[in-house]
Amino acid sequence: MSAGAEALLRVEELRVGFATGDGVVQALDGVSFALERGRTLGIVGESGSGKSVAALTVMGLTRGRRTHVEGQVLLDGEELLGATAERLRALRGEAVAMVFQDPLSALHPFYRIGAQLSEAVRAHRDVDRAAARRRALELLELVRLPEASQRIDAYPHELSGGMRQRAMIAMALANEPRLLIADEPTTALDVTVQAQILALLRTLRDELGMAMILISHDLGVVAEAADEIAVMYAGRIVEQAPTQRLFAAPQHPYTWGLLTSTPRLDAPRGAALVPIPGRPPSLIHPPSGCRFHPRCPYAREEHRRVDPPLAPVPGTPAQQVACLLPADVRGALWRRLAAGATPDEARSAAGLAPEPAA
Amino acid sequence: MLGYVVRRLLWGLLLLLLVSALTFVIFYVLPSADPAQLRAGRSGSLATLAAIRHNLGLDRPLTVQYWTFLKRLVLHGDLGYSYYSDASVRSLLFDRIGPTVSLALGAVVVWLLVSIPIGMISAVRPRSWLDRLTMGGALLALSLPVYWVGLVALYLFSDDIGKWPLLPGAGSYVPLAQSPWEWFTSLIMPWLVLASTYAAIYARLLRGNLIETLSEDYVRTARAKGLSERRVILRHGLPPAAGPLMTLAGLDLGLLLGGAVLTETIFGIPGIGRLNYEAIVHADYPVIQGTVLLAAMFVIVANIAVDIGYAYLDPRVRTA
Repeated sequence: MSAGAEALLRVEELRVGFATGDGVVQALDGVSFALERGRTLGIVGESGSGKSVAALTVMGLTRGRRTHVEGQVLLDGEELLGATAERLRALRGEAVAMVFQDPLSALHPFYRIGAQLSEAVRAHRDVDRAAARRRALELLELVRLPEASQRIDAYPHELSGGMRQRAMIAMALANEPRLLIADEPTTALDVTVQAQILALLRTLRDELGMAMILISHDLGVVAEAADEIAVMYAGRIVEQAPTQRLFAAPQHPYTWGLLTSTPRLDAPRGAALVPIPGRPPSLIHPPSGCRFHPRCPYAREEHRRVDPPLAPVPGTPAQQVACLLPADVRGALWRRLAAGATPDEARSAAGLAPEPAA
Repeated sequence: MLGYVVRRLLWGLLLLLLVSALTFVIFYVLPSADPAQLRAGRSGSLATLAAIRHNLGLDRPLTVQYWTFLKRLVLHGDLGYSYYSDASVRSLLFDRIGPTVSLALGAVVVWLLVSIPIGMISAVRPRSWLDRLTMGGALLALSLPVYWVGLVALYLFSDDIGKWPLLPGAGSYVPLAQSPWEWFTSLIMPWLVLASTYAAIYARLLRGNLIETLSEDYVRTARAKGLSERRVILRHGLPPAAGPLMTLAGLDLGLLLGGAVLTETIFGIPGIGRLNYEAIVHADYPVIQGTVLLAAMFVIVANIAVDIGYAYLDPRVRTA
């Protein structure tokens, strides 16, 4: 992305490892991205790809005795990884706020919605109870919670999933944060409610001029809201591009896998959904070379040894990919896949020998 | 809520009826000492025995005996008279309840005051040296039987036989109304000894619960809101973790109010536990029945109190 000084959030070479009994789980292994004011970055990947860890680390919520963090997180130029606990506390919920996946478990079951919102307000503002409650009601109205003046006294379990997530969003917005991180905000919701919540997040982002990081395992969710998308795999960003570009000309075989494994209206009639074979790799002993090679239908022998860096795609500097296949081969493969070919068909059409690495 | 409490109380009464029937059956059906024989002494003739049996109503059919007992209890609150001392069971219980309540309530306060801070510190800093030290100490306290700890405490600190005569020893119990200070000092050792095992159990339980709740999503949310760590733990982590502790405390208190036999015996405290023990030794059925019913009542009431407390703590219980 463009000029670093202007970025609201700049993450540089972030590495996060968790010490476990089996070894160090390297949840993030050199992740860099930047986000400008008012823009939305979508982060997509399977569970365990490190997307939530990235978000929690920005919030300072992965700190712990068994966590090893390296790199830089700059919020408006302020380094957060080295910040004191008190400074981080002051920023959390104030400058950076977070919406979590499951609002039922993320809201405290013992306290009323209004009390939980007021608490968020009073954590950062010196206002009395009545003022905090007025603000809470204002927030619930802002997120279009129906009958907010009554629901303010409801307990989380008395609300529907969609209403709970609205309350959760209201709580995150309590102090008008500069950056809102939404970690799978729609995953726990019904499909119809999902669209409403996404629309709400987009509207609020525009109304309040926030930057947003939208995390999802679902490219479709991110597509509607994000200006730019980062695809994560095994603790790294493997492809990053403006949203339009990512859907028009995806470069990484993993991104292809994500696209062809979900139903699309613009896919050719009769095209089969192709699952990505295998499982996400161990982050204690990640695969050698390209981390995706054990699951990649197009892997070559050298891909088992050479670890590809994230580099700009020739001709489109806004798009970056970490893949060892030549650009023209990638183009040929994706054209076939987009036309409904299976990975095997695409491979032979592009002139690659079958499974040489296997 | 009120209807719920009334329903629970009615069930409690039914339960007490069952307990009384069970005590009755166990005492008479299972072999035990013959109360008439004990009363008549070694030299009692058959005629004396028969006369005693008749006086105590032991010669009537069991169902009639039980019915008479129930009728007197329900109509007059009368639990009958001790076979052994001829005193009314009710007055015996009244005499003994004060020491037991003093012992039990004080011990509960001590073990909660000790275990809650320890459990919290250990949970917040798991694997720290403080955690290891306190949990090791808890394991020790848990493993030592109360009669042994009690005797050691007396041997070390009692003012008659102790190496360091600091505190009043066995048999020094003084009612609160008589002298609050002496009441307090005489109970310090019993409280600490009785509380030690419980404090250990509670500290370990709270530690485990709190470690679990501190990893809950809603605690992460509390942190993400920018709350102070103190508030995160005290307001968001502790209440859910304390729920099971409250359940246990209610039950343990109920049980202890029914008499802490070992502690009362070691420290010579004239409580319900001692009364029950003596009644068993003397095959004094009316007193046994009285102490058992009293203990059952405490447990039932404690259970109801715990359930009400839960509803107060967790709104989800209220609607369920």
